[in-house]
Amino acid sequence: MTNLRDASGPYFGEFGGRFVPESLIEALDQLEATYEAAKADPTFQFELAELHRTYTGRPSIITEVPRFASHADSEVRIFLKREDLNHTGSHKINNVLGQALLTKRMGKTRIIAETGAGQHGVASATAAALFGLECVVYMGEVDTERQALNVARMKLLGAEVVPVTSGSRTLKDAINEALRDWVANVDNTHYLLGTVAGPHPFPTMVRDFHSVIGNEARAQMLAEFGFLPDALAACVGGGSNAIGLFHAFLDDTNVALYGFEAAGDGMDTDRHAATLNFGKPGVLHGARSYMLQDEDGQTVESHSISAGLDYPGVGPEHSWLKDLGRAQYRGISDAEAMDALRLLSRTEGIIPAIETAHALAGALKIASELKPGASILINLSGRGDKDMETAAKYFGLLK
Amino acid sequence: MTSKVAAIFEANRASGRKTLIGYFPLGYPTLQESIDAAIAMCENGVDILELGVPYSDPVMDGPVIQAATVDALAAGFKLRQTFDAVRAVTEAVSAPVLVMTYWNPVLQYGVEKFASDLKAAGGAGLITPDLIPDEAGDWLEASDAYHLDRVFLATPTSTPERVKRASDLSRGFVYAVSTMGITGARSEIDANARKVVAEVRSTHTGQNTAVGIGISTGEQVLEVNEYADGAIVGSAFVRAYQSGGLEELVETAKSLNPNH
Ligand SMILES: Cc1ncc(COP(=O)(O)O)c(C=O)c1O
Repeated sequence: MTNLRDASGPYFGEFGGRFVPESLIEALDQLEATYEAAKADPTFQFELAELHRTYTGRPSIITEVPRFASHADSEVRIFLKREDLNHTGSHKINNVLGQALLTKRMGKTRIIAETGAGQHGVASATAAALFGLECVVYMGEVDTERQALNVARMKLLGAEVVPVTSGSRTLKDAINEALRDWVANVDNTHYLLGTVAGPHPFPTMVRDFHSVIGNEARAQMLAEFGFLPDALAACVGGGSNAIGLFHAFLDDTNVALYGFEAAGDGMDTDRHAATLNFGKPGVLHGARSYMLQDEDGQTVESHSISAGLDYPGVGPEHSWLKDLGRAQYRGISDAEAMDALRLLSRTEGIIPAIETAHALAGALKIASELKPGASILINLSGRGDKDMETAAKYFGLLK
Repeated sequence: MTSKVAAIFEANRASGRKTLIGYFPLGYPTLQESIDAAIAMCENGVDILELGVPYSDPVMDGPVIQAATVDALAAGFKLRQTFDAVRAVTEAVSAPVLVMTYWNPVLQYGVEKFASDLKAAGGAGLITPDLIPDEAGDWLEASDAYHLDRVFLATPTSTPERVKRASDLSRGFVYAVSTMGITGARSEIDANARKVVAEVRSTHTGQNTAVGIGISTGEQVLEVNEYADGAIVGSAFVRAYQSGGLEELVETAKSLNPNH
């Protein structure tokens, strides 16, 4: 069998492709050609690596968290890959800087982005400021409320934030609006998509930009601890931080892969965002993948306390890994995630994003399935500052 | 077996006329009212009808059609009612009925079953705004098997190779996108549309081209008809219906195709 790592689209098994209006094909072809040329160009690779070293703050460190791990049902060692320490506070910057460099290469002057939690929007606004690009961020109206601090950050950075009032007024609708903008302004605008979903080449390209996470982590585990982890854990919204961690390990068959989706009110309710657990293959936002939908193929609204996981679709590579059985995807409820968020804060002094907290809760749950003394590496995809309002309300901290 | 849609274009051409294609969303404001509206359009100037399937994520549609299809879904529109509506309209009028649908509803219904049921209902074929020929393998097969028309889009940014492919694979006509945008009335039709139509003509001489996206006035239809075989009008019909019901819809149809 060929290596799983080599899969590079447009299809991952039966998933992926380009289900978009003809109006976008030329832009996607241009992006693909520009990306392929950049990938093979040492100057580009050097430029991006230098940006990561001098601006993002890469490599991100690995922190072992024994006090947190002691709360698992069985004995495990837990390690965090600290993407929360990146400039702007999450993994999103890895992809944004890569695509911003490509925007320059294509001679485009304007970027648009969708955002759920606001982290991708903040990272995009940051790159726009750094490179002198015009930036418009589409954000569901519901999310502008629950992530108000990030809206202020984007505005301070000089971006225009457009609240999206159509549909469920969350991430899915923000993507629709960004696609409409792109169709109309494709000659000067790059759509800086923030996760591993969308039409080819986005799932492959965004994965490649995030694969720095797993490449670093794999080398760090070997160098600092002398072994590879037995399991990886990451939260899955669209799937970018998860695939970024997983990719380097796809062909390490002794390393188990666990993705954690938002189960919202619970896996026994219909208020969740557990696309890979409860969805069916279909076409949404330009790719064939698992998605939450009714029997007529209408997208069903997702629910999660976490804006960044509140999405009824998922990247095609994850659908493929699920069907292959290479990765397992499980659900974590709002309550479980919030417990884990507080636990990591109190045991280790690290406040994670609510998205990330799903992976933390998941790691504690899978511990009992692993061999005694097993090690779990978690992608700590983001920091929790943006979630303080939600957390304060949830835990009643401001009374 | 020749395409009923292509036959309309040919008949109109023979009598020196252009073809008007009119869009109306299914299930808006209710299924029956959308059927009545569609029939009225066909009786008053629309040569070919385009019935839109309401969809949760209509990325090619502007605010007017988006809002109408959101209402249709909220009012309980179900995909299988598409076939009821197509049957009702084709029984009442002779205009061919194309269904305009995003791809996922067809995919979930089953491509072959959709084709078979559409044929049985008397439908002429599909316009597929988010299905490019590259991804259309199943649909090419099913539309051949059931002798259905298939309309692909050609845009100002499509390469000559892609325009040729869309022209070769389309049956009925090619949908020439007038402007780089989404549906919705625009004040000026891009000179780009002329380019797309010319490109279709040069790559595929027998093919019909109709220009759509952003055409809302009689003058715009006339302008498009100077160089294309027909014009496609959507949002303007929906807006007319919203402001003055069937009466204004009928007036709009008449004004857009005065020679009918
Ligand atoms: C910190 C953090 N983690 C995870 C996600 C989920 O996205 P993805 O699944 O693409 O990593 C987000 C999205 O906003 C985020 O901000």
